[in-house]
Amino acid sequence: MRTLDAIGQRLDELSRAPSSPTLPGEYLALGEEVLEHWVIARDMTPTDDEREGFRLLALHRQGAEKLPSFNACRETCRELAFHYNLLTTQPDHPDAAQRSTMMGLVANHLYLFVRGKMEVEELGDFCCASRPIREKVDAKQTRQ
Amino acid sequence: MTDKKTKYQEVAYYPGCALEGSGHAYNRSTKALGKKLGLKLKEVDNWNCCGAMEVKNIDPKIQTYLSSRVMSIAANQMGMDTVMAPCNGCYHNLKRAEYDLSNDEDSVAVTERLSSKSGHEAYKAGQVETIHALDWIKDAIGEEELAERVKNSLKGMRIANYYGCMYTRPRHIFPEKDQGPDSESTSKPHFMDDLLAAAGAENVEFPLKTACCGGAHTLSDSDTSTRLVLNIIRAAEAAGAEVIATECPTCHGGLELHQIRAESVLGIKTNIKVIYFTQLLGMALGLKPKQVGLHENVSDSFGFVKEKGLA
Repeated sequence: MRTLDAIGQRLDELSRAPSSPTLPGEYLALGEEVLEHWVIARDMTPTDDEREGFRLLALHRQGAEKLPSFNACRETCRELAFHYNLLTTQPDHPDAAQRSTMMGLVANHLYLFVRGKMEVEELGDFCCASRPIREKVDAKQTRQ
Repeated sequence: MTDKKTKYQEVAYYPGCALEGSGHAYNRSTKALGKKLGLKLKEVDNWNCCGAMEVKNIDPKIQTYLSSRVMSIAANQMGMDTVMAPCNGCYHNLKRAEYDLSNDEDSVAVTERLSSKSGHEAYKAGQVETIHALDWIKDAIGEEELAERVKNSLKGMRIANYYGCMYTRPRHIFPEKDQGPDSESTSKPHFMDDLLAAAGAENVEFPLKTACCGGAHTLSDSDTSTRLVLNIIRAAEAAGAEVIATECPTCHGGLELHQIRAESVLGIKTNIKVIYFTQLLGMALGLKPKQVGLHENVSDSFGFVKEKGLA
């Protein structure tokens, strides 16, 4: 699995790439990967299930388990799935390039949201926040 | 007249802290719009902070009490049956308090104890209905009547409507939403779209209308907020919008400030205007930009509204 930084870089590259038939699939896969990071950081195994035909939506549901605030990205995930459907069912639509740009921005939003939330929740292994702090707090509570 | 149309002609007004400060333009434009439409607002006497996001993180039951006090004053001291809160944060917290007091005995006990200590009657679930400014205009006036009263059509103005993440979440505290086409949707909200379309605007397809603007990150991680806002702005511009219409002071302030910060920190300049829906509707009804507080916005949209024939 790529790091979150690498996912961000790839999204940045894709935002400058010309529209292509492989883009929707890659954006969707990047969205899934972002959610895998979140699920793993919460000490769960990312699900392979699907909801409404999308693993992305099943991963979101898993990530929101006992954490309703994660639903703030629910519609972002649904928009990602919606744009995937639009682009794959109507690849020759006159708005295809515009829809592809929009899908990239939606995928980027999911990435930015999850990345920011991991820092706030002190999850993950990046930056000055994150897991080391959480582990220290956990250890202190265990001693008490 | 429908029940709601009659009921919402006069409502208790809970501006909340933001509308006294950074969101004053929203306060001014909400009052001016109501007056123009002949609707009455009675500000809640001696109101207090709803608890915002800070109190919730320390003790959610204290937040429930704080929000309940506002509703108690409206119901028990002012005799009102509806509280209108234009701020998404206040609206959300009052709705959450209503839910907790209907479903959680501990919250009821804490609220009763603190209310007694503070010397006022405890709020009881169901005494008032909390609504947002969007519900107020939509139900008290409606699109048809609004369209009839438009003096300066917003025709030709392409708008991305941004609702933010607290207006519809969590779904369970908004039992009146998702009840059919006339009710608000939690997945694809449309009340602001409906009202601005009635005033002549062209709403664009905007997939990030309920996406997070990073409001909660603003102080702890400004860069994340800036990137989230920039992404929202880029999506709105990619959708062809010239304006992002807002209905929350926190979202509005975040969009305006991080638009500036994106230019200074990331070197990325964007041109979209950020304007409250109450300002747009007010100008469409013939109010002057200053009457709706356009000069109180951080960003400068005077040239734009003039170009559109609204000034």
